[in-house]
Parts: sequence; structure tokens; C-alpha cells
Amino acid sequence: MSKDSFVDGNAAAGALLSVFSIDITDADAQCAACGNVAPVARSRVYAFEPGIVLRCAVCEHPLLRIARGTGRTWIDARGLTYLELRTP
Amino acid sequence: MTPDPPIVSPGFVGRRRAGSATLPPGQYLTEDFPVLSAGPTPTIRLDDWKFALTTESGDVRTWSWSEFRALPSVSITTDIHCVTRWSKLGTVWEGVSLDTLLEGIPATASFAMAESYGGYTTNLPLADLRDGKAWIAFRYGGEDLAPEHGGPARLLVPHLYLWKSAKWIRGITLMRKDRPGFWESLGYNNYGDPWREQRYWGD
Amino acid sequence: MAGTTVLGRLAWYVATVVEGRQETRTARTLVLNVPSWPGHDAGQHVDVRLRAADGYTAVRSYSIANAAQNERVELTVEELADGEVSLYLVRTIAPGDPLEIRGPVGGWFVWRPAFIEPVQLVAGGSGIVPLMAMIRTRAAAGLQTPFRLLYSVRTPENIIYAAELQRRESEGQGLTIAYAFTRATPAGWPRPPARIDAAFLSEAALPAGEDPACYICGPTGFVESAAALLEQAGYDPKRIKTERFGPTGGIS
Repeated sequence: MSKDSFVDGNAAAGALLSVFSIDITDADAQCAACGNVAPVARSRVYAFEPGIVLRCAVCEHPLLRIARGTGRTWIDARGLTYLELRTP
Repeated sequence: MTPDPPIVSPGFVGRRRAGSATLPPGQYLTEDFPVLSAGPTPTIRLDDWKFALTTESGDVRTWSWSEFRALPSVSITTDIHCVTRWSKLGTVWEGVSLDTLLEGIPATASFAMAESYGGYTTNLPLADLRDGKAWIAFRYGGEDLAPEHGGPARLLVPHLYLWKSAKWIRGITLMRKDRPGFWESLGYNNYGDPWREQRYWGD
Repeated sequence: MAGTTVLGRLAWYVATVVEGRQETRTARTLVLNVPSWPGHDAGQHVDVRLRAADGYTAVRSYSIANAAQNERVELTVEELADGEVSLYLVRTIAPGDPLEIRGPVGGWFVWRPAFIEPVQLVAGGSGIVPLMAMIRTRAAAGLQTPFRLLYSVRTPENIIYAAELQRRESEGQGLTIAYAFTRATPAGWPRPPARIDAAFLSEAALPAGEDPACYICGPTGFVESAAALLEQAGYDPKRIKTERFGPTGGIS
């Protein structure tokens, strides 16, 4: 049993939605480190306000880092090659 | 979109003791020790563990676990403050002072980068690691430091927010020029003094 | 309803507790009235925010338990030993009290009535909650899409929604249920207490050959092992959706 304190990407949907204004948990993401493509919902989320790290479920490389201060949000998406969003 | 005035949850106090004058601004007291990580807990066998001190000129000094544990250690009782807003008072640690590890190392550097197994980094002024202000801790509350709390060994710099006290420490690199670490490069304050509430860039 | 989460910024709603319903000794359902709630899909969740008088706040995620029905949202909360939010929701909050929620969120771990393929649900403990929303949504739509539920639970007393599950299964509308008791079984139960394993799966789950959509929800360790068992048994990993719940430090 894992003692790690991560949850699934879908568990961070609220925080991600409040950052991006669209639901990215259903989007496919490619990991810039290992090339794996998977929905953001499958990533592993380490979320402890003010910092959130989404990691690739295969290689653990950070896909997305988010930090949230009062009135400011910082996003580092270097770990993503692309995000494929479903648009209506 | 927060309603104004804020909605108070009737009867909710949370997992805290009553407030205290000894807490830094914006902090709440906790009795337990929340596990906060930015990544998976690495599995490190003591046989494989190494701590490397790298000077600004590239010289490396390493300690194996047994060499490290043969160094004089001290008991530390201190308050700790996490940027997620909890503080814990009177925590008891055992560790090796950075003064001991830095002894005899010619250093003209002003800054240091702490590096962890698993890839985490955090930067500090070298002065904040000296003069009995920082340790490599390997025991907490009389027990070997648990992996989820940073074991086998973590940096302990309790006068700064706890993200500076890198878990699973594997080395410190001395630097002439400052560079931001994992969180410091993304909005977290470069110094992180809880008493001045230096949480974010510009605080 | 699908796609409501795509629109606009996410607002906090002020819900009112209409009713509290004890499901087991440690689990309670809160029935909420949420003015201007946009509706939700089965499997989605909400963030709940509590605020103490001194300004201290705590945010946690909870799955929605009911099928979408106007401004009604039901959350079933299992109390955790030192869970400051779950203890409040299970033991303290009372009908008439306000509760701030944000959502619905999560567009991936969802089931919609338009999905026609058979469904394999796997629940560990209170992981039943979003799966129950799927069962209820299917029933509300009058559908007979094959649904199979494997429900791993410590003892018979820990079954959440026990009576309703029994009723829905007995209605003969294509929902079947298999329990795995891990600590204590009912008297005369054929299988000794045990976790879900490969043998149980091959006996109780929809066959991999039927290519079911699989939804697994429970604690992290449970989900890891259930997902691995399904994959080893030949279920398509792309059709296995998981929702782990574990500690988070309140992501607001």
C-alpha cells in the first residue's frame, strides 16, 4: 500500500478548473519526459495549497506545476509537450 | 465569487488548538504532522545513501550513511512553520549541524542549493545554513525519521518556511550566484521568513 | 448537463442542508439544496469549503451521490479518524446550516445515459458513492444497460446504501451485485473474509470479452490493486477509469 500523498488528476478538477476556467481533466496530455499520452485525470496530483504538482503516472516527471498566491497564479507547463482539449 | 460576508460554517473549528501569540502571521497550530510532498516518496537504502557537498569550484565531499552518522549530532527542539499555514510547536529532532559539515570547506559562495532524492530543490543564503541554524536531521520525536517525513535524512532550517527544509536530502551545492529552486522558480518567496510572512514573490 | 463545467469561471454556491441521513455508523448523506445548481453528471464531485469564525478554511472534495435532479445535491461522507472536514460533515452540521460548495467538477470519471456499453463498477468502501450516482442515473433514465457492481467492504454493517442496492438489484433491470467482505461476512456466507483477488474477479465480474467500461473508486491502495487485477485479467486498460481518494491539503 502506497504511503504517497497523491490523488488522481480528477480529484484536482476543482482547483484546475478555477485556474484554467475549462475542465482539463478530460484532456489528453503528453509527458515531455517519457512521451506517454494519457488524460490529465490519470496523472498523479500532489496538492498542498499553495502548490499543486501534476506528475506523469508512468515516469513521475512533473507535467504541470501550479502555485497560487493571493490574486496571482503561476503555471509551469514545461513538462507537457501538448494538451489536447475537447472543444464543443 | 466569494459571498460577502463570508459564510461561516456553524460549529466548525478545524483540527487546531486555540490561537497563540507565538505564531507567525497567518499560521494555525496543529498537533499532528501533516505529510506534504511535491512528489513520490523515494525508497533509499542506507547502503546506497550518500550526502554530497559540492563547492562553488566543483569540489565534492561525500559522506556515506555510516560516515555521516559517525559525525557529532545534536538534539534540536524547535517550532516549525509550513506555508500551507500550519505550525507545530516544540518538535524534537536529532541531526548533524551544517556547521559540522561545512567545517574546513573553503567557501566564498553566498548561496546554497539543497538537492533531494526524487529531484526536489530549494535555495537558501549560505549564511542561513551556518551558526547553528540548520541541520541534516535523521531522527524525529525519538524515532528514525519516517520516509514520508523525509527519511533517512532531511534538511532542517526551522527559521524559514518548511519547504526550505528539503526532505530526502542528498546534497548541497554552494553557489556564488543565487538560483531559484523547485518552488522558488514558481511564485514562492526566495527567502521564506514566516515572521515576515514571505510566502510569495514580492512579499 | 454534459459540458456545464466548461462554461465560465467556477463559482462557490451557498447550499443549505435540507436533511442528514445516517447510512452506516460512520457514513452520513447530506441532502443539499443548491440555488441555481446547473446539474451534474454521474461520477462528478464537488469541493466543499468550511470556514471557522476566525477565518481558518478547509477545502475537500466529495463525490456526488444522487442523479441530477433540479437543485438537489446529495453527498455521502465517511468520517475519517482525524478528518477535520469529514467529522464536521458527519457529526456536526445540521439541517438548515449553510455549506459552501463548488462544482460540479471532473469530466472524465463520468457515466452518461447515452453510453450503451456494459459497465463494470468496482467500489472499495466509500468509493461506492460516485458509482451509486451512476446506478441511480441509469435507473432514473429507465435504462437497462448491463451494470455489474463489485463492492468490497469490511463488514455487512459497513455497506452504504444496503437496502437501496438490494431493492434495485431485485427489480431485475440488469443491475447485479457481488460483495467482497474483508473483515467479517454475514452468517453462512460462502467466501471467507478476503480482499478482491483474481479468482473473485473471474467469478464475479463481467467477462473481459464483453469489453465493459470499468469504473473503480476507493482508497489509493484499493484502486491500484483492483486496476492491476483487471488489467492482468485482460480488460482494456483504456476502458478502466479510476478515482482514488487520499489526503490533500485543501486545494482551493
